[in-house]
This record gives sequence, C-alpha cells and structure tokens, in this order.
Amino acid sequence: MESTVRLDHNHQLTVRDFPYIVKWRDDRCKRCGRCTSVCPMLAIEPSIVLQREVRSEGVIPEPKLSRKIVNIIKQVTDIERYCNGCGTCTLVCPNEAIEPEYNPQHKFIFHKNTGGYPYRRGGRRNDPEPSTLDHLKFTRISMLTDPALDAGRHEFRIRSYLGRILPPGELPIKIENGKLEINRLTKRFMPPVREIYPVMIGSMSIGALSPNMWEGLAMGVAYLNEVEKMPVVMASGEGGMPPRLLKSRFIKYFILQIASGYFGWDEIIRAIPHMVDDPCAIEIKYGQGAKPGDGGLLMANKVLKLIAEIRGVPQGVDLPSPPTHQTKYSIEESVAKMIQSMSMAWGFRVPVFPKISATRTAKAVLNNLLRNPFAAALSIDGEDGGTGAAYNVSMDKMGHPIASNIRDCYLDLVKQGKQNELPLIAAGGIGKKGNVAANAAALFMLGASVVAIGKYIMQAAAGCFGDEMNRCNVCNLGKCPRGITTQDPKLYRRLDPDKVAERVVEVFKSIDVELRKIFAPLGRSTELPIGMSDALCADNAAIAERLQIGYVC
Amino acid sequence: MCRLVAITSNEYLSPMEGVLSLETMHEGHDGSGMGLILKNLGGEFSELKNYPILSGICSNEGLRVLDQFMWDAGFHIKYEWRPVLKPVSSIKKRAHYFAKVYEYPEDFIDKSLTEKEDLLLRTRLALRAIGENNQSIIVFSFYPDVIAIKEVGDPLQLSEFFGLTDSRLKSKIIFAQGRQNTNYDINLYACHPFFIQGFGSMTNGENTAFGPIKEYLTSRGVTGYVGYDSDSEVFTHILHFAVRQLGYPLQYYKDIITPLKASEMERRLDSGVLALLKASLRPLCIDGPNMVIGFTPDGTCFMAHDSKKLRPGIVGGTKGRIAFVSEECGLDSVVPDRDHSLDIFPMKYDMVIVSPGAEEVRVWNQLYGWTTTIN
Repeated sequence: MESTVRLDHNHQLTVRDFPYIVKWRDDRCKRCGRCTSVCPMLAIEPSIVLQREVRSEGVIPEPKLSRKIVNIIKQVTDIERYCNGCGTCTLVCPNEAIEPEYNPQHKFIFHKNTGGYPYRRGGRRNDPEPSTLDHLKFTRISMLTDPALDAGRHEFRIRSYLGRILPPGELPIKIENGKLEINRLTKRFMPPVREIYPVMIGSMSIGALSPNMWEGLAMGVAYLNEVEKMPVVMASGEGGMPPRLLKSRFIKYFILQIASGYFGWDEIIRAIPHMVDDPCAIEIKYGQGAKPGDGGLLMANKVLKLIAEIRGVPQGVDLPSPPTHQTKYSIEESVAKMIQSMSMAWGFRVPVFPKISATRTAKAVLNNLLRNPFAAALSIDGEDGGTGAAYNVSMDKMGHPIASNIRDCYLDLVKQGKQNELPLIAAGGIGKKGNVAANAAALFMLGASVVAIGKYIMQAAAGCFGDEMNRCNVCNLGKCPRGITTQDPKLYRRLDPDKVAERVVEVFKSIDVELRKIFAPLGRSTELPIGMSDALCADNAAIAERLQIGYVC
Repeated sequence: MCRLVAITSNEYLSPMEGVLSLETMHEGHDGSGMGLILKNLGGEFSELKNYPILSGICSNEGLRVLDQFMWDAGFHIKYEWRPVLKPVSSIKKRAHYFAKVYEYPEDFIDKSLTEKEDLLLRTRLALRAIGENNQSIIVFSFYPDVIAIKEVGDPLQLSEFFGLTDSRLKSKIIFAQGRQNTNYDINLYACHPFFIQGFGSMTNGENTAFGPIKEYLTSRGVTGYVGYDSDSEVFTHILHFAVRQLGYPLQYYKDIITPLKASEMERRLDSGVLALLKASLRPLCIDGPNMVIGFTPDGTCFMAHDSKKLRPGIVGGTKGRIAFVSEECGLDSVVPDRDHSLDIFPMKYDMVIVSPGAEEVRVWNQLYGWTTTIN
C-alpha cells in the first residue's frame, strides 16, 4: 500500500487549471519530436508511461496481460511552463496529432504570481467582446437624392494632415492684383504639416520587435511610398533606430519616438548632422493605451547585442522606462519645452506631437496643447492597444476606450471652432475583430484625422498568434514562436522580412479599397470625412447616446 | 432635383422672366415651391437703394409683434410693398406678405456699412427667433436693394397668386428656384435662394459633406451661421465666409469648395497659397453632387460645380443679359436670340463669373486661369 504522503498531490496544479489543454493523439503521433522542440513555453515534453495491455490471441480468447513502456507527449503542470495556446505544435506536426484547446474553466491567474511577482505578459486586453467600434455602422447611404460614387472608378483622395494647421485668419497671405499671395514679410511661424495616409503603423520599437519584423515593416512602408505612392508612415517606438536608416532618405517615412527612458536618443542626436532628410514627425510618448500610467519595458532576455548597441545600454538587463518623463512637472511648461526642444533640434521643420493614454483627463491635455502653437497633434491610445510587456492587471483593468475619448476631444475642438487645427490621432483596438478599415473609418467620422494600427499589422503581416483569449502573449519573454517579438536569432530566423513587407503592402492596399467601399456609398471622395458623424450609427442605444450619433436597430 | 434660374441684366426685368424660365423646366421639378430673390431693384425701390428692406411673411399677431419690435429697435418704416394677392385654389394663403423699407435707427445712420450690415443681420435673426416656433414671423432677408419671396406651391401658380404678372416690381438680378426642399419637412427657411449680408446662392443637388461643413461654419463664431434647414444653405455661408469674412477674391470660392490636387496646384502661380487654403479650410471642401449659382453684394453673379458629380448647369446670353440655368431649355426661354456657341457648360475646374450689369462673362478655370467669352 502506497503511503498517503506519496498520493498527496494537493499542492500541484492539474491541467484543468491551465488556460489551454494540449490535446494529443497517441494514434496519430509518430514521435518525431517537432512539437516539443518548438514549444516556446516548454509546456509539453516527451515522457514515458507504463501501459498495461490485455490481449487475446488464437481461436479461443485467452486474455494475456503484458506491460510495456510507451513514449508519449505530456503537458506539464508547472505554472511557469503553461501552455499558452500558441499552436506552434499544431503548425509543425506532420500528422495533426496535437492541438491546444482553450479551457474556459481555467484558474490560471489565480496561480500565476509565484514568488510574489504578478503575471506579466505581452499582447492586449483579454476581452474577446466586440469593441465599441464594432458596434458602429455607416448608415447614410447615397440613394436617389444624390448618386453614390464608384469605389472602383472614381478618384478618391484618402489623405490626412499631420501637423498644426493654421486657421484661415492666421495664414500669411495677402491680396495682390486680385490674387492671393504668400506674405513673406510676416513673421508668423508656419508649422510644418505632412500629408500622410490616414492609417499609419503605430509605435513598435526595435527591441520589442525582432530585427526581421521591423525590417519587414520598414520595407513595406518604403515600398508603399515609393512604388504605390501611398504616403503610409510608421512610428519607431522607443529605442531608436539603426543609424543607417537614420541617415538614409527613407527616414522621411518614419516618426521617431522619444519616451521617458530616452533610449536610443544618443544615437539619434549624433545622427542629426548627417541626416539627408527630416523624419516625418517626432512623437513624445507620455502614455500607452495598453498599460496607462506605466513606462515602457524591455525585459532583459530581449536586450541582446544589436538592441544594446542601438539603445546604448549593456546587454542582458531589464530596460524599464519610468512611468513619466522625469522632467515633466507641468504641461504648461515642461511639455511645452520638450515640444519646443524637439522642434528646435530639426529647425522647426518637423511636426512634434505627444502621445497619451486614453483617459478621462484627455480633454485637459488637449486644451493645453491647443494653446501651444508648436504642438502638432495629439495622439490618443485606447485601452485595446497592445504592448510588448506589461503587468496583466494594467492591460486588463486600466485604461479608457478610444471611441468615446476621441469623440469627446473632437466635440470639444468643435465647440472651440478648432476641429481643423490640431489633428487627433486615434489608436488602440483598431481592427480588433479584423474590421480594420471599418474601425478606422468610424474613428474618422467620430473626429480622428489619423489612426494608428499595431497589433493588426502584426497579425495580418506576420501571423501573430495573439488574441483576446490570452493566446500566446509571450512577447515579453522573447520567445515569440513567429519570430515577431524576439531577439533570439533561432526564432526570428523563422520570419522572412520580404514576406512581411509583401503582406504590409497587401494589407494597406486592401485597407485603401475597403475605405473607398465605405466612402463611396456615403458620397465622399475628395476629403477624408472627418467628423461626418451624420453617416454613423450604433446598434446599441447607450453607445449612440454617448457618442452623440444615431441609433439604428 | 431643383430647377434654378438666375438672370443678371443691365435693365430692369420682371420676375416673371425667371418664373417662365422655370416653367420651361417644369418636367424637372415637382412644383412644390418657389423661392425668388430680386436684387438691384427698379420701380419705386430705385429711389430707396440705401434703405434696408425686410422681406417676409407674418400672421396677424406676428405682424403686430414685428412692427412693435422694429419700432422699439429704432427702425422707422419708410415704404412698404405688398403683393396684390389673387386667390389661387392650390395655394394656401398666409396673412401678410411684405417687403418693408426702413430707415436706419438714428445712431446707425452715420455708421459704416459693415456695422449697418451687422445690425441688419442681428435684427433679422431676432425676428426669426421670435416667430420661428409658431411660424408667426418668417423673415428671409433684411438688406438694402434686395427682396426675397418664398412660398409653397407651383411657381407659375405662385406668380399668379402674388400678382407678379401685373406687378411693377422689377429688378436687374433675379434668382428663382422651383422647388421646396422636399428632402426634408416643408419649411420655408429650407427654400433656396439663401441670403446673408448681400450674398445669396441657390444650389442643385444634395450636399453629402453637409455635416462637417455645418459644424465648421457654426463654430466660426460668425453671427448668422445658423438655420441649416437645408443642406444647401452652407454654400451661401461658405461664400460669405470666404469673400466677406476672409476678404478673398471671389474666384477662390471655387478653390475652397473644390481644392485642386497637389499635382494640379503646381501649375498655378499661387500654388503656395492654394496648399495653405486647402489644409486650413479642409472642412469646407464639398463632395457634390452640386451646382451653385450665387451673387455678391456688388451684383457679380457666378456658377460653380463640385469636382466630380456635376449637376447640370449652363450659362449663356448676350452682353447686358446673361442667364444661369440648370437646363438649356430654361436658357432658351430667357435669352432665345443669343449666340449658342458662347454658351458655357462649366465643368469641374470652372467657375463662370459675370460682372454687374452682365457687362462681361469670364470663366475662371482653376488650372488655366481666366477666359473672357463676352465683354
């Protein structure tokens, strides 16, 4: 008889406690070992079991008992080696013998705090419900009183402005012989303004992303600009850029981000005298929608040689950026000074704008920026944005949805008659359910001038496994099985930058077609329908009331 | 779709010329209403050019309130024109139709025109606000040398109703539109032509960019950018904003409502200005389908279209008598003996501008500049 001590597994977890249960089929598995070798979490391992077999041979059944040792694939029940459901095992299995299955009864976050460390991860908010944006639809369809446009044949101008736009009364123009001319005698500061595609790739750093992923995105963006003539821009995220890119003519397609850690800015400052063109803009990151009030975080296992060089830090150390800029003690002075300093670094030729987490205080930020003539835009990142590393509680429980935040800010601008002066950039959850163009168009109609996408492009261009059921989400560990958010060459070798670039181009061309398919029936083609909320309705009365748009059912 | 006719001339014309032109285009409108604006007035009004004329409709009670209000505001009546109404079975008669000419209040007599214009606008808006709920007071314009008449019904029958066939009422500029705004509730404030401080316009087609344009105009802080019972009213206010408020030459109206692409701007000497205007006035860009006919305080008239969907419009005539119409048959009615080869069908880049008195017809092309066709 076994001792009760040996039967007591009371302090162990069962696979039922885990978010994903690995379904392995003995009859299909040929024991090639691919699944166990690719599992980023080491959640499955080859194991052996002793099997008891009763067999009957011969004409008259005569059961014989035998025991044999069998090789199996076993899911481990170590909380640190949980199956994250990424499905890389399924991807590589030649016989469809293995697949993780979501377990809705899991108790993962009850246990994922060993050592007193709360659960940290990458990804996005684990909320599989449709976002507010997916409750919106376009209901002002041009019918008999005005003809709809032809999305395929009419000319569309899907462009937006990034930069402070002067109201007509402040333009430096004069009338001369019945014509308007630029008044060159005026001392008025002319803010730099870029004409860009209204959907941009949001900030994701080299460091958070693998070199192959970043290179693929950058190549795709360059192709879109140079060949497709679509002025799509991409933001760098915190952590600098390869010096070669900084000094190339392609820098004009990139928005450089400066964040509270100032990582990478030694290299950027050193590169300024050698730059042949200006960057598209400078983004000062004050907040991030996925983890509001938290600084950036690049964990030690991603700080390898290349990243250490670009960021100017030692290898293998955690790189936490402070939650706020150390110099920031008031928006009136410090933020204004920072905007001016960054503007000055490029001779006031580059738009400089802050990015904040969506928050109930966004209007206060907006109004302060309105009074700062050098502030080029306000970027607001909603709670459905993504991140490479954060505490689970920050991602799931902190933050503000983007839709109502943008709407409030836009209506505030309208109240002041400044809706065309300070562009609003919206981010966070655009394309959460795959409806990227529809979500973007809805945000334009709520008042955004530009939208930024991050997770969507990672999923569409590189096949990121992550979702709102906590699938994968190990971006923080440097173990990305797709090679997107890792600095491990063994992993990022899997990702072909050319294929990523090709997908980026395909994705943006398809967004462009879908935007036309939305704008054409609304009868809009020559300007982005910013604030055209009469075209927008919600299928939920509370959402409609909150956003001050129509309700349809 | 609305049917529109505007006539500008060097001689005084009966408004019936406009009405009959509308009648030739009858197939294209539903006879649901008519709006008339007469500018540069003749007859008894020719002696009263510097005095503001209040045009509108009142109930009995509304008239009493209006007269008291105007008296209290210091406007003393100098002359009043009332149409000699003839009963027409299909027209529902209202109590009082009028065009009242006032003297300015004493303390405004020596004020600048701008100050006077602002006073007139404020007064009109106040009267509108008093009578809007119960429709006891409906006022269309309050400005020197301009009369506006609007009512629900068939234009030809309305002209009989108002006695326009026998009236001595004449003007050098006639703007007539033959349809109520049937896209929405019947409301005389939704009836073209619209008017503000000497600027007027009427429009064909629905304006798909109405929402953001209205939002932009109403947030300019300019008194008078209110109403918008019709999506076409914004065209009048864009005109007012561009020319009066911003002081731009008239042809830039076209560059504001239909800005050129960056590649097209390069051809223009003022490309730097165009780029600034395009960004700064982005919310005023229209998307059609629209054709706009308008006038400015000096009597210049114009026609312009959106850049894509192009509702019909034609300008033609002879020196001293030019018409802007939505269909060619309307033009044949107004100026039958013209040189047809000089007819202008303005396209996406064009704005036809006719000087006061129809002395000169010029086409402003956004790409190629001016062409004079009649002078």
